[in-house]
Amino acid sequence: MTVPISYFLVLAAVLFCIGLYGVLTRRHLVIVLASIELMLNSVNINLVAFSAIGPYADITGQVFSLFVITVAAAEAAVGLAILIALYRNRDSIDVIKHDLLGTDKEKSVSTLQ
Amino acid sequence: MQLAWLIPVFPLIAFLILLFFGRLLQEKSAYVGIAALALSFIYSVLALFERVGGETYTYVFEWMTFGETSLTMGYEVTALNAMMLIVVTVVSLLVHVFSREYMHEDHRIHVFYSYLGLFSFSMLGLVLAPNILQLFIFWELVGLCSFLLVGFWYFKPEAASAAKKAFLTTRIGDVGLLIGLVLLFNEVGSFAYADIYAAVENGMVEQPMVTAIALLVFLGAVGKSAQFPLHVWLPDAMEGPTPVSALIHAATMVAAGVYLVGVMYPVFLASETALTVVAYTGAITAFFAATMALVMTDIKRVLAYSTISQLGFMILALGTAGYVAGLFHLMTHAFFKALLFLGAGSVIVAVHHRQDISVMGGLWSKMKITSVTFLIGALAIAGIFPLAGFWSKEEILASALLNGNGFLFGLALVTAFMTAFYMFRLFFKTFTGDYRGAHDDEDEADGHGEDDHHGEPHENTGFMTMPLVVLAVLAVTAGFVNLPFIGYPLEGFLTAGLNLGDQPHGELWLAFLSLAVAAGGILLAWAMYYKGSISEDFFAAKAPAVHKLLLNKYYLDELYTAVFVKPTVAVGRFFWEMDKGIVDGMVNLIGRFTSTSGRTFGKTHNGQLQTYGVVSVLGGIVVIAIAFVLRGYFG
Repeated sequence: MTVPISYFLVLAAVLFCIGLYGVLTRRHLVIVLASIELMLNSVNINLVAFSAIGPYADITGQVFSLFVITVAAAEAAVGLAILIALYRNRDSIDVIKHDLLGTDKEKSVSTLQ
Repeated sequence: MQLAWLIPVFPLIAFLILLFFGRLLQEKSAYVGIAALALSFIYSVLALFERVGGETYTYVFEWMTFGETSLTMGYEVTALNAMMLIVVTVVSLLVHVFSREYMHEDHRIHVFYSYLGLFSFSMLGLVLAPNILQLFIFWELVGLCSFLLVGFWYFKPEAASAAKKAFLTTRIGDVGLLIGLVLLFNEVGSFAYADIYAAVENGMVEQPMVTAIALLVFLGAVGKSAQFPLHVWLPDAMEGPTPVSALIHAATMVAAGVYLVGVMYPVFLASETALTVVAYTGAITAFFAATMALVMTDIKRVLAYSTISQLGFMILALGTAGYVAGLFHLMTHAFFKALLFLGAGSVIVAVHHRQDISVMGGLWSKMKITSVTFLIGALAIAGIFPLAGFWSKEEILASALLNGNGFLFGLALVTAFMTAFYMFRLFFKTFTGDYRGAHDDEDEADGHGEDDHHGEPHENTGFMTMPLVVLAVLAVTAGFVNLPFIGYPLEGFLTAGLNLGDQPHGELWLAFLSLAVAAGGILLAWAMYYKGSISEDFFAAKAPAVHKLLLNKYYLDELYTAVFVKPTVAVGRFFWEMDKGIVDGMVNLIGRFTSTSGRTFGKTHNGQLQTYGVVSVLGGIVVIAIAFVLRGYFG
């Protein structure tokens, strides 16, 4: 029996939205990174699903998802490294506190302390 | 006469010296001015003597050339301006001397003297000009100087607005004069007097054109010489220091208008209409100004209206072919009016800088020299034999009678009566009776130096009395230069070489009539203000409406304010609002839009990564939604 493709798409969409929500709302940088992983994985589900039962089903989708996993692993490594460097420099990995690009310079300086 | 060009140069040098070193010289500035004017006076006397024995001297050089026409500059000593040079330098010199004392408490005395120097320079330059373009340049300079001097105490709002009024009112006349000059140049092709006379006498200029030119030139004289209806600036110009009033009223500024008519006289003679207009303007001005002088209580204002009235006399004489009569009166009037103004200045100093004659009185015994000289001036202006005013006024009446008509003559006669009356009203109220200003010295002293000597008025020092004595002598004797018994020497001098027609002379009965009228005026003033046999309010009580009308100067100021000033200001305000609201508004709107939108969107730029994320997600959603709608996915 085959599961209809819409099931995969809905699951992927839900996962993507959960990830997006996490990226946009959580203040803890590790959670943000984890949420990004979630979004990448939801994309992988789509790729794999179309690769298995799409209108032009072939191996390309699976290969592509392998690339995504690889890049995601690298990204997680680099991300965590930046995160540690940030923590060493700023004593915080709270997203809200890192707003040096803001127009309000006074406020940015005050958040340095 | 070759050195006549030095006459205006001396005051100019004084002006320049005071301009650069006035601050250092301070009170000594006075001596620079006095020395310059004394030199000018000496050269003027020499020029006059040479001119009496010789011919007109003219020197011109080319100023600029364009195309085939060229403009010239230079100087000229004619009979008329030789006389004017004497008048201007004498009066100006005495005013300089007088001001040394009058202004010595003012810390801007050096500025005052530099203006006086520039004023004398302008007037002397105006008189010496050999062509009317050069005259116009100096004419404007004279206007500028009177603006500066009337507004000398610019920190007083009345003085500042009086200066503005004087400048703007005379400007109306100046525009007429300028248009007249342009027309004249267009017709004649030259600005030189000699060419103009020749062209007009040969009939080169057509009749309506001559009339137009004469009337436009006359408009300039109306503004400068304060003729009706542009006379309103002169009484207000009393806000200036009193010596300046003497200078403006006697030698410079207002004399320039009469001089202009005199120097352009052939043009006026060529147009019957223009002469009639001139005559009526003069007569009406003389009459109206005299009626206003009857009720004024400010000593300087009475004199101001009397000046307007006397200028009206001169213009009337010129308008009725009395060329010599008008200019003769210009000369005699210069002396006795300067005398009266300086006398008034002396009185004003003595009563602690007050000008209201109702707080004066009884000064006769306290200041002998001022009183006697003022009396001489008053007798002269009233036209009492044998003082200067008698001779010149009699000639004016003669020309009004012989060449004018009954109406002009009647007006002149009534004015002569009023002149005698208001002058002696002024004299009796100021110098006789009891001193009425002893009590409220503190209240009214106009803040002009705290160290004003309080208490009883007393005679001033020699710097102030010497000019009075000199002018008094001139006021007595100036009339003798045109005595009928010795064949009118001034007339012969002024008319030689000019084709001005016969000068009118009255018969003996006219002299007696004029004398009787003057005596009548004095007698009435004596009865009302000295003897008290007629109540002072007799006429005011009889005709309160007329009295009120006169006190308010026929409401002319109000009328001008309503008709000219208010609409002009309204138009100005309209355009100002337009500029502020629409032109500026548009520019400001663009600026404000840019800065406001910058500030608003700047707020979103807060450095919060997640905010950016939300915005870009929302943007993405919007883009996708639009794409869906456009492709019809939503039905």
